[in-house]
Amino acid sequence: MKLNLLLVTGVALGALSAVHPAIAEGEIKIGDINSYTRLPAHTIPYKRGAQLAIEEINKAGGVLGKKLVLVSRDDQGKPGEAVKIAEQLRSRDKVALVSGSLFSHIGLALASWAKQRKMLYLAAEPLADALVWAKGNKYTFRLRPSTYMQAAMLASEAAKKENVKRWATIAPNYAYGKDAVAAFKKVLKRLRPDVMFVGSQWPGLFKIDAGAEVQALAKMKPDGIYNVTFGSDLAKFVREGRTRGLFKDKLVVGLLTGEPEYLDPLKGEAPVGWLVTGYPWADIQTAAHKKFLAAYQARWKDYPRIGSIVGYNTMLAINAMLKKAGSVDTEKMVTAMKGLKFDSPSGPIMFRAVDHQSTMGAWVGWTVLKDGMGAMANWQYLDGANFLPSVEETKKLRKQ
Amino acid sequence: MGDFIVTLLTGLSSAAALFLVASGLSIIFGVTRIVNFAHGSFYMLGSYIGVTMVTALGSGGIAYWLALLIAAVAVGVIGVAMEVLLLRRVYQAPELFQLIATFGVILVIQDVTLWIWGPEDIVGPRAPGLSGAVTIFGEKLPEYDLVLIAVSPVVLIGLWLLFNRTRWGTLVRAATLDRQMVAALGVNQRWLFTGVLFLGSALAGLGGAIQLPKGGADLLMDFNIIAAAFVVVVVGGMGSIGGAFLAAMLIGLLQTFGIQIFPNSTLILMFLVMAVVLIFRPWGLLGKPESPGHGPVEAPEAPLRPANRKLRIIGSGVLAFLLMLPVAHLLLPSIIGDFTLVLVVEIMIYVLFAAALHFIMGPGGLVSFGHAAFFGGGAYAAALMVKFTDAPMEIAFWVAPIGAALLAILFGWFCVRLTGVYFAMLTLAFAQIAWAIMFQDAPASVAKALGEWFGWTAVEQITAGDDGILGIWPAEWASSRVTYYYLTVGLVVAGLLVLRRILFAPFGYTLRAGRDSPLRAAAIGIDLKQHQWIAFTISGAFAGLAGALFVYSKGSVFPTSMEIARSFDALLMVLLGGVHSLVGPIVGAATFTWLNDIFNELSYWRFLLGATIIALVLLLPNGLVSLGDTSVGRRLGLGPGREALA
Amino acid sequence: MSTPILEVSNLSKAYGGVQAVQDVSFVLNAGELLALIGPNGAGKTTCFNMLMGQIKPDSGVIRLKGNDITGRPPQRIWRMGVGRTFQITATFTSMTVRENVQMALINHQHASRRWWKPAAATDVAHADALLGRVGMAEQGDRACSVLAYGDLKRVELAVALANDPDLLLMDEPTAGMAPKERIELMQLAADIVSERGIGVLFTEHDMDVVFAHAHRIMVLNRGCLLAEGAPKSVRANAQVREIYLGSTVRAEVE
Repeated sequence: MKLNLLLVTGVALGALSAVHPAIAEGEIKIGDINSYTRLPAHTIPYKRGAQLAIEEINKAGGVLGKKLVLVSRDDQGKPGEAVKIAEQLRSRDKVALVSGSLFSHIGLALASWAKQRKMLYLAAEPLADALVWAKGNKYTFRLRPSTYMQAAMLASEAAKKENVKRWATIAPNYAYGKDAVAAFKKVLKRLRPDVMFVGSQWPGLFKIDAGAEVQALAKMKPDGIYNVTFGSDLAKFVREGRTRGLFKDKLVVGLLTGEPEYLDPLKGEAPVGWLVTGYPWADIQTAAHKKFLAAYQARWKDYPRIGSIVGYNTMLAINAMLKKAGSVDTEKMVTAMKGLKFDSPSGPIMFRAVDHQSTMGAWVGWTVLKDGMGAMANWQYLDGANFLPSVEETKKLRKQ
Repeated sequence: MGDFIVTLLTGLSSAAALFLVASGLSIIFGVTRIVNFAHGSFYMLGSYIGVTMVTALGSGGIAYWLALLIAAVAVGVIGVAMEVLLLRRVYQAPELFQLIATFGVILVIQDVTLWIWGPEDIVGPRAPGLSGAVTIFGEKLPEYDLVLIAVSPVVLIGLWLLFNRTRWGTLVRAATLDRQMVAALGVNQRWLFTGVLFLGSALAGLGGAIQLPKGGADLLMDFNIIAAAFVVVVVGGMGSIGGAFLAAMLIGLLQTFGIQIFPNSTLILMFLVMAVVLIFRPWGLLGKPESPGHGPVEAPEAPLRPANRKLRIIGSGVLAFLLMLPVAHLLLPSIIGDFTLVLVVEIMIYVLFAAALHFIMGPGGLVSFGHAAFFGGGAYAAALMVKFTDAPMEIAFWVAPIGAALLAILFGWFCVRLTGVYFAMLTLAFAQIAWAIMFQDAPASVAKALGEWFGWTAVEQITAGDDGILGIWPAEWASSRVTYYYLTVGLVVAGLLVLRRILFAPFGYTLRAGRDSPLRAAAIGIDLKQHQWIAFTISGAFAGLAGALFVYSKGSVFPTSMEIARSFDALLMVLLGGVHSLVGPIVGAATFTWLNDIFNELSYWRFLLGATIIALVLLLPNGLVSLGDTSVGRRLGLGPGREALA
Repeated sequence: MSTPILEVSNLSKAYGGVQAVQDVSFVLNAGELLALIGPNGAGKTTCFNMLMGQIKPDSGVIRLKGNDITGRPPQRIWRMGVGRTFQITATFTSMTVRENVQMALINHQHASRRWWKPAAATDVAHADALLGRVGMAEQGDRACSVLAYGDLKRVELAVALANDPDLLLMDEPTAGMAPKERIELMQLAADIVSERGIGVLFTEHDMDVVFAHAHRIMVLNRGCLLAEGAPKSVRANAQVREIYLGSTVRAEVE
């Protein structure tokens, strides 16, 4: 019994390690790294969006006469693991470039790796400003609107509320939360020198002690609350805040709160009347988005999340870039990425040459309840180009 | 006034789930001496099953509360299953070996939960009739908080009655004090243990279920609660339920008031409390010193022998293989690609890290739960040196072990006063504090404060928190993959040989002497604490060297290099390989890293890895190096592993 | 006479309300085998642990060769020349017999922090000589964990002798041994005492052993020293016979 089990394990392990994907001619491989086990609720929609785009591209004849192949791998939420996998994708799978990732620190680790190995890395979802500014490098590009951009969008809308002067903030206690608060403060202060920030709360990520945090915020007697918490923290914060009457007569601004990933789990308890960035997928009326929505729902029997459209757009960007570069040579691809323009379900997007940030925008609007689910109303799509610093300013930010 | 009272009540209510989970953990540890890391997973299952039951039974009136109770019982049954199918078979294995078994369970439960309930967070159903708030002196408090405030004392009283008014409870208490005695009384120890696992797990499940109206169920709950639960158990005193109650309330209140005064302290506060308590009360608030002779009597370790012929041949073979691999890579790049070298570098780094941990854990007999502090400490020391002084790699490789050693000197000074689980938990507390310092970039805050005070312009950021330190790549001469490979292999092999040499020298013998018999060690003039402190420092230094190799192989360092999971990985490697053998950590680290890499390409890799770990625990309860003791090993001619490979 | 090896004055220790050792005073001279006897719970082990530094006395003074060692930690006391064997043998189970003795020798030379030269190659001859003295020369390479109990006691004795002690404290040296082994072990101890001129304080349950080997006997009862003197006078002491010695012993004495 013991013997058999051991042998079976041994043989199985041996067999597994021997499996090497064949390197086929006529394929361009894209190495996709994401936190598929750590945050599946966010990354699976991403993967589905990316796969849908790949399938559509291949159906239309591929690119440069070759088929695109997405090699997806899990980084376990660890930057070290992500770098190892990137190495493996590069050397064993011979991918042309690497894309993906959701966590900022993983995006930054991959960016650092890309620079060293001279590989193109298209960061899909990580939000850290440093990725394209303080730590930006030649080989790294980013699609999704960054922390700064989305915070700036919210700040510019929030600035329109004349009577909201005392602001309190709550954000998870790590780099993303700090950046998000700093960006919001900076832009709001510039637009409205009369506002004051009366306090900040910093719960541990996914460890919020919601009752205590709400109590602490209430004590500051703010007119406006800027929320950066998300996931299970957000659910607890919303429930506790509502029960304790924290949000009453206050303007609440929520970064990413309108994204289906965060809004939908709240179901009927979704906050109402918050100013948020998000993704009102059901209501976007552009032809490109309607087509994407129909295709996505047909393919996956599910509605898209923000990750889905980011995944989809990431692959569209790669497709457009390959067409422009005409080659999978890294230097040529990098040159092609600079200033690359393409159309997407969310509108035209351009990768700025100065900082490699795309101009993909975000939907900003007000949360409502619709059919017992959270949704966005009175929203507008804000083009990212309008919320990025000027070329001169950016050069300063990028100086290392 | 109103604010103070409501804050107070909020603190007490937030302690409820923590108390339930911690009391269960404490009961299990008290009787079985098993440090059940899967306890957080039981808490998570309690939430998920609770949600499912409420959906099934309806959320009105009695049905709701019944659903929560069913969830608790169901989790209790899962705990029993773990005891009967797994733990029962490894009670005789070396102490803490059960740890790995529970690690395996964690991984399996993570994937099973994902598979059953899907990836999306689930918001918990509200308790019927308790979704509003009461107003106290003009401040609002959720009604359900009052339920939670009542739950802890009710459970505490219930447990007290159970332990003091029933025969079963009396036996459990007796077993907590002295296991052998209960066995001698003719009590069926197995059923006692099974019962305790049921009770402890059900309490965790109940904890998960009753917090539903305050939160919900998500896939990260298991790891998010486990550290806190351990803190409560340790602060209260392992095995003391009253202590767990006191500690949960204390921590609940400190958190609630603490974040009003220091909003930034959320990550660190709990661990600071634990460190302070352990320094002044080494056995927790209401705990008692661990009596020697507690727990299972282990088979004594075989004496150290210099490498025999077999080991020399295997060792030389492995070394030759390592040295020839790049040559093979250059000749046959299609078969042995770049990645093979990358993987071997990674394996070697973890081998050194595991060997460093083993140094203090095996021969030293002190199990560290927080060794990633030194691994990450070394990595950060090197990275910071490069970031701020542009130091060349050659210098950074010196700075890393020295930095880690300094950290170990500091932490060790507090830690070596304790033994057993208390030592382990204090190392965990310090590691967590170190992690939080990096994660929140506390040095930059300090620099900023000093800067304002003295009128300097302080640097914006030092560790840059979660954004990490990037761009730490090897010097030009070592930047090719083959060179860095040889550099790693050379340093790791040299490190292993030095560690081995120390263990064979009087110092290593003295360490083992102190582990075997502290009484005799003192009676022949050994200042044990001092030797343990030095050993802790040496161990930290080598872990730091591994950290430096790590940061240069990855090009960046993040606080994740210090997180609890990394410490546990190292622990797993040592235990998996075999703690009673010098070769054990090497075999364990290599196997674990390799398995991790293979499984990683598969979906549900956690399930596979967890199942593999469980299988290994059951088949080889003395670690991988005991393979030679099994029938297969004998047939393969490996010979008695522990002796031969010692 | 020169300074006594051990001089204990008014030693006391209480646990909670219980007086474990009360006002005990005695002297031990070189070359002397002094037995400390008493019924269970009389305070023998507490007394021993105070002498060795495991427990701090509440009051009283312990002098070793004239130096006050009261309350010093065991390591220091050992360094000043006190060897000890335990009631339940305490050896290093993961080492060989020889290595156990080598550990003591290494520490005697303050060499426990050396980290390069293998320990197993240190002081081999010296260790073997000590093992030879206790009749364990043949077993040097065996693991301590596999030894018979009587042999472990001998190993402990060899270990205790490694620092050339002036004083040897032996807590129930023959407990758990067969009668024949007991006689042999105590004879060995007695021989070593006369050879080296060291003092031995031992506790013992076996009255045959005590009366056969002890030069002097102290009787402890409920923490107090009840009687003290040569075996003969202790044997004759009516109080001792009444309180401590059982009827079988009394019969034997008469």
